Amino acid sequence: MIEGLAALYIFMLAGFTGYEIISKVPVILHTPLMSGSNFVHGIVLVGAMIALGIAENTTQQAIGFVAVLLAAGNAVGGYVVTERMLEMFKPSDKKPAQQESK
Amino acid sequence: MNLLIQASYFLAAVLFILGLKQMSSPVTARRGIQWAGAGMVLATLVTFMSHELTDNPQAMTNYILIIVAIAIGGGYAWVSGKKVAMTDMPQMIAMYNGMGGGAAATIAAVELLKAQGEVAAGQNANALLANVGISAHPETIAQAMGIDITILAILGAIIGTIAFSGSIIAWAKLDGRLNTNKLLPQQQLINLVLAAVLIGFAVTVYFTNELMPILVFFALALVLGVFITVPVGGADMPVIISLFNALTGLAVGFEGYVLGNAAMIIAGTVVGSAGSLLTHLMAKAMNRSVSNVFFSGFGTNTAAASAGDESGGSMKEVQAQDVGIMMAYASQVVVIPGYGMAVAQAQHKVWELTQLLTDKGVKVKFAIHPVAGRMPGHMNVLLAEAGVPYDLIYDMEDINSDFGNTTVTLVIGANDVVNPAAKKDPSSPLFGMPILNAEESENVIVIKRGRGTGFSGVENPLFLLDNTRMLFGDGQKAVNELIQAVKEL
Repeated sequence: MIEGLAALYIFMLAGFTGYEIISKVPVILHTPLMSGSNFVHGIVLVGAMIALGIAENTTQQAIGFVAVLLAAGNAVGGYVVTERMLEMFKPSDKKPAQQESK
Repeated sequence: MNLLIQASYFLAAVLFILGLKQMSSPVTARRGIQWAGAGMVLATLVTFMSHELTDNPQAMTNYILIIVAIAIGGGYAWVSGKKVAMTDMPQMIAMYNGMGGGAAATIAAVELLKAQGEVAAGQNANALLANVGISAHPETIAQAMGIDITILAILGAIIGTIAFSGSIIAWAKLDGRLNTNKLLPQQQLINLVLAAVLIGFAVTVYFTNELMPILVFFALALVLGVFITVPVGGADMPVIISLFNALTGLAVGFEGYVLGNAAMIIAGTVVGSAGSLLTHLMAKAMNRSVSNVFFSGFGTNTAAASAGDESGGSMKEVQAQDVGIMMAYASQVVVIPGYGMAVAQAQHKVWELTQLLTDKGVKVKFAIHPVAGRMPGHMNVLLAEAGVPYDLIYDMEDINSDFGNTTVTLVIGANDVVNPAAKKDPSSPLFGMPILNAEESENVIVIKRGRGTGFSGVENPLFLLDNTRMLFGDGQKAVNELIQAVKEL
């Protein structure tokens, strides 16, 4: 378990990490990146599995079931659309050495 | 076993961060999503072995439920994700994001209900013990769960629920299933009151041991998400989707704390902050502030503004043959694609035309406005789909000084992003938005279905300029005619 202050440090460092990652992204990748970060918060699936895993009665199981269902949709859907978008990005054949300027 | 699980979560978090980092360059982007995907699979698999699942007397039933839920939710998302057209990508992202927000909110619901159940059961024991003057069991949800955990569970529940219902509305609006911007009179005021009531109930949930406030709390958050999103105009949708994406990340991070799961905290918070920055960048590209997006429905006062607009001329039509000749002998052609091009599925034809012109020695460039398409970068995806290499594609800052050297600028399916009123007319709702300086080129050819206004409903004076010619017709058909015209030369 992560308690109190340790979690606060994690929140802070993760916050700065996210900011740093995005701050140098060219506009052409904004949509795939939004989709990619959408996929990353699909990690909620792990939490949803635990929520359903600790369920002790039918009500909790029903809600937990919905949680896992939605989370799986987030993770799988997020991955599929991001991958589909990114596999299309190709440089021109004539100038393979030239890379994105920014 | 626990060490293996924790180590796997750690590795997953590292993979997420490295994956996102690689996604910030087109060269490594694809590998990035694959790394993140590997992290996700790893984290999911080890969770099956976690003690929360194995220790439960209901473990067997719960395992089956988990697998069935993953199969249904994942299966639906797999099929819909593979099937969706590239033009419809923004609303699918909104949909999957809403599902994530909903998942975070439902996790909070399970935790709160579980705590409420324990407190309620403890009350009976307390009643007996009260005779001897001791209170052995927690009286409120906060006492049962702990102060910090309760607060973050409730915050995550609010944010996640709003992201859920809001994203569903965003999906419905972009998918053309919901076409209204008006729900109630005085919507902003009602939203404010509703938000206040919601906060009241959030506090109540903290201090309560009853079921009812929890249910009302979630219902109010659901309604607020709908009320916030319905008035937002179509052009502002990307900003909202991006914002909900960031909010979902935050909610996931909070619920990660509730469950004591470091992978969720890290991944959620990274997305929360990255998404906030992305939202800010998008809003800036559209010359809108985030609060502006929420609190003033875009285009609501447009009708009045443009009705009084004096047109300085009329649209002048041109035939495809003439345009073909013009382009074939041009030194430089700049294509400004918009969402309309993608809807007409004309991007493949545009690429064919580009190759023809390049063979004739014409320099062809693509100019992409930051908000071309339905969200920043969407147009790049659509062009990439047609096979246009990304080094022919220029951002607004890089190409705007180049329009003066351009013989023909071909505007296809774009409108607001080339509207000079954004620079000159303070009464225009677009005023202040950076635009592509198409009007500075020698000739401007606009391919357009009809004479109507664009996505935002604002008139475009570019169409009336002396160096502008209109080529009316369906985008794909018009470009086809251009290809024929160039081939015949």
